[in-house]
Amino acid sequence: MFLQTMVTGLGIGSIYALMAMGYCLVFSILNFSNFAHGAMIMLGAYVGFLFCSIIGIPFFFSLIITAIITGILSIINERLAYRTLRERNAPSLYLIITAMGISIILENLVYSTIGSNFYSYPKVFTRNYIEIFSSTIGLIDIYSFFVSIICIILLHLFLNHSKMGIAIRAGVADQVATSLMGANFNVLIRNVFFLSGIFAGIAGVFMGLRYMVYPQMGWITNKAYIAAVIGGLGSLPGAIIGGLILGIIETFVSVYISSVVRDVFSFSLLILILLIKPLGLFGIKLEDKM
Amino acid sequence: MGYFKTIFIVASINVVAVIGMTIFTGFTGLFSFGHAAFIAIGAYGATILTYFYHFPFILALLLGSMLAGLVSLLIGYPTIKGNLGSDYLAVALLGFGEAVRVILENLKITQGARGLPGIRICCTLPVIIIALIFTIIIARNLINSKFGRRMVIVREDAIAAEMLGVPLFKTKYFSFFISALFCGLSGGLFAHYYGFIQPAMFTLDQSTQILASVVCGGIGSITGPIIATYIFVFIPEIFRFAKLWRLVFYGSALVLTMIFRPSGLMGYKEITFTGFATRLKQLSRFFNKNTNQIT
Repeated sequence: MFLQTMVTGLGIGSIYALMAMGYCLVFSILNFSNFAHGAMIMLGAYVGFLFCSIIGIPFFFSLIITAIITGILSIINERLAYRTLRERNAPSLYLIITAMGISIILENLVYSTIGSNFYSYPKVFTRNYIEIFSSTIGLIDIYSFFVSIICIILLHLFLNHSKMGIAIRAGVADQVATSLMGANFNVLIRNVFFLSGIFAGIAGVFMGLRYMVYPQMGWITNKAYIAAVIGGLGSLPGAIIGGLILGIIETFVSVYISSVVRDVFSFSLLILILLIKPLGLFGIKLEDKM
Repeated sequence: MGYFKTIFIVASINVVAVIGMTIFTGFTGLFSFGHAAFIAIGAYGATILTYFYHFPFILALLLGSMLAGLVSLLIGYPTIKGNLGSDYLAVALLGFGEAVRVILENLKITQGARGLPGIRICCTLPVIIIALIFTIIIARNLINSKFGRRMVIVREDAIAAEMLGVPLFKTKYFSFFISALFCGLSGGLFAHYYGFIQPAMFTLDQSTQILASVVCGGIGSITGPIIATYIFVFIPEIFRFAKLWRLVFYGSALVLTMIFRPSGLMGYKEITFTGFATRLKQLSRFFNKNTNQIT
């Protein structure tokens, strides 16, 4: 029972970590919380459903295609909505409200075009279980865990060993100096949004696999946002650890205490951690805008 | 006519909450994604009093609003004292808001997710108008008082404010308390207008909508957010023919305001009676001058 709960927690937690990283990438460079990320995850789930279930492409190919498509959507989002605000040096609150507007638009766009039906993915993994030490473990948990780990490793390699990745990290540290060194800041931001879109797509497909696909599924990403805050906004290791902690704690609370108090528990955890460490576990001190 | 009356009442109920939020976000410069919780507490507090204990409506309304204020003092003390960054404070309050909703879903007296149906409907047009005028006058006087000036300086430059001897924590805490009071009042009105409440009505969406009205109306203005609230209630109604698409229009209006009118509808300005009178005087002087020149 313990092992099973642990693995489920890790599976959910790794998806939270994937989603939290999308928030975190954007926050680290633009210093605002991109609430449109939840809508991107929702779109990712729909696109993945389209490829996987309606067109019928093998699962891993549709995962990759979905990731690329949501990446492009995310770039479009940045181009249309955030760029003018960014060039005007608007305070982060304006960007946050714009992001919320975008998420309202996208959610209702899906409502009015596709409808409010619930769709479920073909049962790729969900019906499959393996037995380890006399506990049944869902394959989906293992898959989502490993896919997340692979994504995180790839991101790490990209940020540390490629020219663009190093430029992005420099941009996080100092925008002006990076621009003076000849890095095109708009291109940097475009790439950051592309990356966060990729993560949104992958997370969306796994969310869809685990639960269902419906227009309001972006709500679940609130929890991923909480994970990002617990870890410290703008810190990638923080996002990963925050996601895993939240996933594991949630699963344990819902198994051993009650699934009703699960959400109260995670929200109280959030407030508690913020009170003890106001910047999250791995937060970096930033100037407070607004 | 009844249709417009309904829309006006719905918008005005929102306005009461938006004015509370204006004091917190617009004038003190802090923002929150959890104020729907205070609306919920006000609504449930007032409703339980009229529903189970048969309190008079006005008294229940005030007590509900006081309850919201009390809860704000409890949650505000650690979060505001903790000196969180503005994003983190907003998120901590988001967590608080969601936690309140989940608690309401599981309490016995609130009847869980089923909600409380068949609340006595006492919230008529005159009540709303009185409540509205009451909040506007209080907010206006508050802004022009010592506390209001402190809030503005805290928003503009917290460090300078502290050096001038403005108590940062007290100012923020007080503004949080006032905003919760108004949100609670709005919740009580809401419950006694619709006659039915359930926890699912008080979600993050509602907090966002209030915040959006404040930001779009103009940070540092009272009349701006009021106008913005009416616009945001009327836009979905105008596009009623478009059915599900109307919320798409609402979102687009939000994004377009942010992009093309960054300081909000009114910016830092206000529409006041004295301003109106000065404009009239200017206008009459202008006409007088012109007529003098002619003769």
